[in-house]
Amino acid sequence: MMAKKKKAYRLKHYLREELLPTTFCQGCGCGTVLNTYAQAIEELQINPKDIVSVTGIGCSSWIPSPYFKADTLHTTHGRAIAFATGVKIMKPEANVVVIAGDGDLAGIGGNHLIHAARRNVGLAVFLINNMIYGMTGGQVSPMTPLGDKTTTTPYGNPEYPFNIAEFVAAAGANYVARWTTYHVFPLMESIQKAMTKDGFSFVEILTQCPVSYGRRVGMRTGEEFLKYFKENTINSLKAKDMTPEEIGDKIIVGKIVERNRKEFTTILREMNEERRK
Amino acid sequence: MIEIDEDLCKGCKICTDFCPKEVFETSDKINKKGYYPPIPVREDECIGCRFCELLCPEFAIAVVNE
Repeated sequence: MMAKKKKAYRLKHYLREELLPTTFCQGCGCGTVLNTYAQAIEELQINPKDIVSVTGIGCSSWIPSPYFKADTLHTTHGRAIAFATGVKIMKPEANVVVIAGDGDLAGIGGNHLIHAARRNVGLAVFLINNMIYGMTGGQVSPMTPLGDKTTTTPYGNPEYPFNIAEFVAAAGANYVARWTTYHVFPLMESIQKAMTKDGFSFVEILTQCPVSYGRRVGMRTGEEFLKYFKENTINSLKAKDMTPEEIGDKIIVGKIVERNRKEFTTILREMNEERRK
Repeated sequence: MIEIDEDLCKGCKICTDFCPKEVFETSDKINKKGYYPPIPVREDECIGCRFCELLCPEFAIAVVNE
């Protein structure tokens, strides 16, 4: 399938090879996420033809569209989950995956996200949280930490950020986890879990944005971000027995919630069959 | 064995910094795009953990286990 070049990445058949190298900036985390996602799919042995990727607008929406070779819907800003719900209802056997950014899913499409979680629609949603609106030039997003300088908050961000993973868990999702681009192996397992789990699965992936966010907060390279993620994260299993003072500013990573509520399209189909009797 | 596609590399140095065995070093030759790609100088020390392969944002590294 490959062998066009002698030196080759193993999973190039999952990518639209003609578009490589990617348009992502030097040190961007989106490529790492795509890499991990491709490896997860390879290990799960899912045929990419059974996947429908739905994305919104933003840098992270470039992960599945154009780079991942599967059926792709590149939708309007914030509406990825709305489109994906439609796909899932009409094609319940498909693996519907939503990959979009924090500005897209938590900002503009915030209501779609919480209501899809409440309905427990069978989607796998991966929120790529780079803490900024990167593509449009670094405006403040609902996930920007308090006090950080951005283009639209030149004296520091006066707002508190969302804790989006806890929020989606409270809204009723079946599986919620949070990882960073440093934790690639657990992230891969989490992606696999989200793809196979029935119902709404949500993985928040903290990524680095050295260009639009990092240069304003003093982390100009991807590796500085990865070091930050490495040193400032606590696993959720460990954090369970800690007080909020002990946790402090650290980011909690790991599985947040796992439950087994019935999936929305299953309920919908059962009701329809009942009605037709 | 580590294979590197030099022309895909954007020189972010994540592989050089995060390899647990410090296998990579930055090359002094530039690639097609003008970046300095890594070279696996201590390839015999590689333990095949595939951390670099997964971390690489540009799909430039392949770790081939023999």
